[in-house]
Amino acid sequence: MQQLVEDLLNGSKRAAARLISLVENDDLQKIELLKEIFPHTGRAYVVGVTGAPGSGKSSLVDCLLQQMRADDLKIGVIGVDPTSPFSGGAILGDRIRMQEHALDQDVFIRSMGTRGSLGGLARATREAIQVLDAFGKDIILIETVGVGQSEVDIVRTADSTMVVLTPAGGDSVQTIKAGIMEIADIFVINKADLPGSEKTITEINMMLDMKKSDKWRPPVLPTISVRSEGIAEVWGALKEHRSYMEKSGYLMEIRRQRVSRELTEQVEYLVKSRIWERVKERFKLDSLVEKIVLRQKDPYSTANELLEQIKFYGENGKEGD
Amino acid sequence: MSSKKIRVLVAKPGLDGHDRGVKVVARGLRDAGMEVIYTGLHQTAQQVAETALQEDVDVVGLSILSGAHMTLVPRIKELLSKSGMDDVLLLVGGIIPEGDREELLARGHADQVFTPGDTLEKITDYIFQSFKESRDS
Repeated sequence: MQQLVEDLLNGSKRAAARLISLVENDDLQKIELLKEIFPHTGRAYVVGVTGAPGSGKSSLVDCLLQQMRADDLKIGVIGVDPTSPFSGGAILGDRIRMQEHALDQDVFIRSMGTRGSLGGLARATREAIQVLDAFGKDIILIETVGVGQSEVDIVRTADSTMVVLTPAGGDSVQTIKAGIMEIADIFVINKADLPGSEKTITEINMMLDMKKSDKWRPPVLPTISVRSEGIAEVWGALKEHRSYMEKSGYLMEIRRQRVSRELTEQVEYLVKSRIWERVKERFKLDSLVEKIVLRQKDPYSTANELLEQIKFYGENGKEGD
Repeated sequence: MSSKKIRVLVAKPGLDGHDRGVKVVARGLRDAGMEVIYTGLHQTAQQVAETALQEDVDVVGLSILSGAHMTLVPRIKELLSKSGMDDVLLLVGGIIPEGDREELLARGHADQVFTPGDTLEKITDYIFQSFKESRDS
């Protein structure tokens, strides 16, 4: 296991790939591995690309890869596609548009299924980012699943978020709705050769101008990714946003918030799993469930009884019985 | 709690534009609960092997209808071995004459070869069975 982390730090692609699988599969060694990786993380800049299915996220990532590689940056890509709620299977097809970079030694592309997560990312996206960060990637591009209006987990994961839209996506009311329209640091209007693109750009700009703020004002940039048009401007805007985030101190601020949230989640996870261990040791859950189904008990008092009886911690902070 | 899923790369190596079959198979594997990575048409042997490496797949399925299987399959097998992926299950599907099929299997270039008439169930059963055996051993 230690060997795997060592290989990762020495640039082994096989090790990076194996490690992502281990964290994704919730392997028993996951926490140990993440502990070892952690000191080597925090260097990569994370860019999120989100938008509706078919809006051109993968193609845009492909074009951006070209720009970033021209600047000699090492890139990791995580492409997320939906897992079937019925079979648990998935078709991961983001790579199709990126295969030109498959043999580039400084580009590492990984496809992930959401595996039950509903916010547009895969369950283990954050952990996969850690692995690629420690692997030495300068930029990590995260392509979300094709989203609707409210799958906005990416904004809590990425340092810069791009929202990809296409022309004629509804009237101007759509632009003032909450959710995805609020999370963009950069708006990209892809397929800008289609009719209606000027109107879409104007409507988004009007929406943005409603809000007076001295903070970052997201640019709205047209692209035609099949012809690589407008891509240099997007890459320019990304660099500008990054330097804004760094100079204003916002980058540190959002990273602080992120760590705080992750710490909270980790504590909650540990508490939860310990409580369940004890509950399962002591109680026959099946028979309780049966009683609740037969309306002999109610779930609310049953939950209270369970918690009262397992005495999680003793009074002086030592673990209780 | 470990939650391993079988990851499969389905690829179309070489000059071969017929992708209906591979899409049907991809869909079938998805419905059997596997994560299926599809990379599109006209992949080189290097692209297939490199993708298998980065995606850390358990199975590589090659769809070949062009007749170039006796060149492409051994080449991909060799590249996979070179990057330490000997344990990957290598499956081939397509128009493969019986004699070639026997040779690919006998030389260990492929673990199994499926031809027209074989059902999706036969393919998924074969994959599940192989994993059951590797876990039991």
